[in-house]
Parts: sequence; C-alpha cells; structure tokens
Amino acid sequence: MTTTKSKVVYNPVFTDGAEFRIPTFKLLKQDGSLYKGAKAPDLDKEKALRIYRAMVTTRILDERMLAAQRQGRLSFYMQCTGEEAAVIGSTAALDDADMIMAQYREQGALTYRGFTIDEFMNQLFGNELDYGKGRQMPVHYGSSKLNYMTISSPLATQIPQATGYAYGQKLKGDGHCTITYFGEGAASEGDFHAALNMAAVHRVPVIFLCRNNGYAISTPAAEQFAADGVAPRAYGYKMDVIRVDGNDILAVHEATRAARKLAVEHNRPVLIETMTYRLAAHSSSDDPSGYRSKDEEAVWREKDPILRMRLWLESKKWWSEDDEKQLQENMRREVLETMKRAQKRPPPALDTLVSDVYDEVPPALAEQFDRLKAHIRRHPDAYPKSAEHAKREA
Amino acid sequence: MTQMNMLQAINNALDTAMGSDERVLCFGEDVGVFGGVFRATSNLQQKYGKARCFNTPLVEQGIIGFANGLAAQGSVPVAEIQFADYIFPAFDQIVNESAKFRYRSGNLFNVGGLTIRAPYGGGIAGGLYHSQSPEAYFAHTPGLKIVVPRNPHQAKGLLLASIHDKNPTLFFEPKRLYRASVGDVPDEDYRLPLGEAEVLKEGTDVTVLGWGAQMEVIEHAVEMAEKEGISCEVIDLRTILPWDVETVANSVLKTGRLVVTHEAPLTGGFAGEIAATIQERCFLYLESPIARVTGMDTPFPLVLEKEHLPNSLKVHEAIRSSVEF
Repeated sequence: MTTTKSKVVYNPVFTDGAEFRIPTFKLLKQDGSLYKGAKAPDLDKEKALRIYRAMVTTRILDERMLAAQRQGRLSFYMQCTGEEAAVIGSTAALDDADMIMAQYREQGALTYRGFTIDEFMNQLFGNELDYGKGRQMPVHYGSSKLNYMTISSPLATQIPQATGYAYGQKLKGDGHCTITYFGEGAASEGDFHAALNMAAVHRVPVIFLCRNNGYAISTPAAEQFAADGVAPRAYGYKMDVIRVDGNDILAVHEATRAARKLAVEHNRPVLIETMTYRLAAHSSSDDPSGYRSKDEEAVWREKDPILRMRLWLESKKWWSEDDEKQLQENMRREVLETMKRAQKRPPPALDTLVSDVYDEVPPALAEQFDRLKAHIRRHPDAYPKSAEHAKREA
Repeated sequence: MTQMNMLQAINNALDTAMGSDERVLCFGEDVGVFGGVFRATSNLQQKYGKARCFNTPLVEQGIIGFANGLAAQGSVPVAEIQFADYIFPAFDQIVNESAKFRYRSGNLFNVGGLTIRAPYGGGIAGGLYHSQSPEAYFAHTPGLKIVVPRNPHQAKGLLLASIHDKNPTLFFEPKRLYRASVGDVPDEDYRLPLGEAEVLKEGTDVTVLGWGAQMEVIEHAVEMAEKEGISCEVIDLRTILPWDVETVANSVLKTGRLVVTHEAPLTGGFAGEIAATIQERCFLYLESPIARVTGMDTPFPLVLEKEHLPNSLKVHEAIRSSVEF
C-alpha cells in the first residue's frame, strides 16, 4: 500500500522545490586564508603535507603523461587537472581501508593512497607488470592492496556497485564505507538513480561524490540537467546531501569527514556535490576549443585548488619555496625516469589473452588459443609482441 | 560526385535526410554544437537548429526510449549512441520496445522511423570498451534491422535507406574506417537496398563473406590467395538482419566452400547462424567445412589486439585450408 505523511489540500498545489536552496560549503579563500567565521579543520601538518604532495604529484604526472601522449609514446590519457582537491580532499578524509569506486579521472585518490609512479606507468604502458595485464586503455588503474576498484569505462556502472559493496561492509560490521566518484554527466545515467534509491532504502554506508566539473565531454551542465546541480536529487531519495566548493581542499576534506561519520556510524548514505571545473580536455582525444572559451577556462585557472592549498600551507609555515622547488624537481625526474623504464618493459605474456575470462580457461577457448599459437609460429614477423611467447610454448 | 571519407559521407547522408524531410531529427551525447565526438553530426545543429539536432543528457536508455516515443509519434529520429560498447543500457528499449512495438500493438503503433547509429569495432587501440562488435546480440531480436557499411559510398546510401525504412534499424559504423580512406560519393539522395548482400568479386573456388571493416581485411586476404591461384568470390553481407540467404547460398552452390569472418567472438557470433543456414541449403555441394574466422571467445584486449583480431593472415589461412581440405 502506498502511504504518504503529507498533509491534505483541497486546491491543486504544485511545487517545484525552489524553496530548497542548497548552500555551498567553503572554508578556504583563494589567497590561502580562511573565510571569516570558518572553523579551521582538524588537519595536522603530516596529513596536510601528504595531501599536498599527492596533489602536486597528480598534476605533474598529468602534465608529463599528456605530453608523452602528444609525442606518440602513449595511446591515450586523461587528466585530473583542476579537480585534485575534490578527489584527494575526499579520499584523505576516509580511512585508507575504505573502498574507492571511481569513474576514471580520480588518479589523485591513488596517488594519495600510495600507488607508486612505477605502478601508474606499468598500467599506462600496458607492460608485463600492469596489474590489469595490458587489457584496458590507459588510466584504467586498479589496486586491491589500496582498496581501489579497477576502473571500467562505461559511465556510472560503479555507482550502484558501490551501494552493493557498502551494504556488504555494513553486514560485515568492520566499520568501513565505500566512496564512489562520478561526474555530473554520469549522474544522468539510470544507474545513478538506482544506486541512490537503493542506498537510502537499505541504509547503506556509501558516499556518492559527484565531481560537477561543468562538462561531459562537450556537453555543458546546463544541457545536462535543468535543476540546480545534482545535489537536489538527494531529497527525492531522502538522503543527506552537501554541496562543497570542489577547489577548496579544506572544505572537501571536512565535508567528507562528516559524511563518513554519518555513513559509518549511522548507516546514512550521503551525496556530496563538489563544484569544480575540468581544466583540461575530456581526454587526449578531445579538443575543448570547439565548445568553450579560453576566457571561461582562465576564470577557473585563477581558482587553482593546488595553489590555494599551497598558500594556506605557507601561511601556517608548513611549506616553503624551497620545499616546493624540491618536490617539483624530484617528481618531474621520477616521472621521466619511471616512464622510460616502463616503456622498455615487455608486453604481457601471450596467455593473458585467454586467462581471467573465467577462473579457468574453458576447453573451447584453450583450443582457440592453441590454434592462435600455431598461427603466430607460422608468422612470427607479423606478431612482434608475442612471437617469442608462442615459440616458447611450442 | 564528391570525394568523401566515411564520416563525411555519414554527415552528408544526415544532412540530406534532414534537408528533405523536416521530421528527421538527430540527437545523442555531444551531437549538438560539437557535432559528435567523431564529428559525424558536424554543422547539423547550426544548419537545422537546436530543436532538430541537439545534445541529450548522458543516458543511453533515455536516448533510445525518447527516440522510440518520437518514432511512435511520427517523427523520424536518428539517435546516436557514442560507441556501440555503450549501447547496453538501452538494450531493454531496443530489444523489448523498438523491436516489438508494431507486433504487440497489432500494428496500431510502430517505431519504424527509428534509426540508431553507433560506431563499432576494433583496431583503434580502444581496449574492452571502445572496440566491441555487438551485432549478434541484436541479430537475435526479430523486428530489428541491422546494417553495416563498408565504405563512404555504401555508408551514405545505406544510412539513407535505414532512415527511410519502415522498421527500426541499427546502423553500425566501422569507426576504424571513418577517416581511413576517401571515395566517390554521389551528392544526391540515393538509397541502397536493405536485406541485400553484394557480390564484390566473382570467383569459383571459395566464397569469402564479411561485413563492415572486415571487408578491407578480406580484400587483403583474397589478394594473397589469388596470387596462389585461388579464385575467390567476395560478398559483403551489408545487412545482418534480415540477411540475404539467397545471394550467399547461390554463391556457395557455385564455389562449394565458404569462409565467414567477423570481429566479434566465435561462440554465438553471426557467422554461426550463416554456417547453419548455408549447410542446410548447400549440404550436398559443400567441398569443405564452412570456416569461421573471428575474434576469440574473450573480452576485447588492448596490447594484444593484433593477436585477437581476425586479420588478413588468418583469413588467408582459412581460405587455403578450405580449398586444400
């Protein structure tokens, strides 16, 4: 039976929800000082520097790898540029054992958790050390050790999975939650709505973090939804929601810390909408000059989340010009050296073509694989990546 | 005649259709001012306005559901799914709705005006989710038509035929060929027949059958085989559903041998359907088992893409094995 607690009226009354105005939570100004009345977050020096190093590392990795893609060393790349605070600030507010189910632009979360530059490079170049065995396009990272689910390209599929994963965590009772990341474009997919509704119905400890970065490839948010952002949707599911300045590392961290408390201690799922901007192209295959202006980009460049945090760190005397110089130089050098190493490594073994389709290779596939190996042995020159493997397995 | 690549031919077909019939609409993700991620819909919004060519929210099931509604109302929607790999959220709308609209209503209603365009196929370092060939899933669905062009000329003529066909049609575009080559494309409105395969080259020893991007692979394989004195008859199926049994069967009755090739995995691939039908029709005339040269029964890989794909070397070997059986 359908019931509602609403009062009864005797004339038709329409409502469009306009009375609900969701505010934007901010703490840190662009000059590195706190807003008047803003409470300084509970963030010690060690953690603050861990966050900052992860942000800078992500920015440098992105710059270098896009350049590598432009040089033809890499087939594809996607940058997190401009959104480092939204991703890293939220990940940093979690326990490192909490699960992350990301979309594809959240390499900052991995950097924060300790994914090494070698690990990034092995995936980007799909070499024999890539955990994903050279099967997925660049930036489709995964790490079971760091509780980061392997990326899947189809949009929004991870969102209801996060609800399910977190429900399992609740049943297990180990006090952990799941955070899932997605863009404001992906939030249009049916999976988003299913995920939020199920999370609210089943009281699941999951945090939905929307990176509202203004664009889904070329489509501006204004053509994605008519509503005031993604946040108001939470009301429809009776879910706690907060909107945050996504370029404000302190606000993102504080909002996520509080959200985690609601999720883990009260089994209340939370939607966080971080307002940010995709400063880079959608991917290395995209050219934003066809759909947005340089002036618009310049406005957001002024709101750089990394510079904002650096100014705050400097105001607290936790960071200096020298520290910055050293970090930048070290990271650039490490990225370049690691890239060269990863590029030289051989591709994954030939049998990675047929492994992991099932837990064991079924007989029909084994037969196809035998035929493939025989074929490669007849034409070794046509298959430089696998001729040696095929020969060895003869 | 104008020299065009396949993308330009598709763009030209859409322009032709929109220009001649104001009921034709083009929409999908990034289709509007940007003209689509591959630019197949370039300048259509500028030319025909935002009401007829527009961006949709990012929701494939919504795009096709919306398109079904439009088609039922009498419009002629041409919906783009950005990659065929991303068509699956719309599977319900296509399989349960588009395909069955006419049948379930006793022909009171239909969505015959619907055309769904989607780039498909591998060979572009796209990995699992930018490479798949999903035609066989839809070939198991009576009520749909499935069309795949092999070059710019075919792309325009088949797309215009799909748009004007009285049945919901899936038009899979081989994205590897989008900018691969140019060819002569007539400037006027022309329509190539759906449901008809095309014999591209006559031969006597073996029939080699494929569609879309695989026709280029076949061409290279056949070149090698002909140098060895094997006479190949080459057929482009063009329409997967409903498919042209007569043309294929007549060819195999003549050659006695058949090699079918597609990128999609072997098991459940459309080559299996063709093989079953042709052995029924041509059993006493077959000189060798019907050969299938396909992708392996695995998801689509990235680094070892070349090993996975049914390339011209593999098709050539199958042609030889068939003849030497």
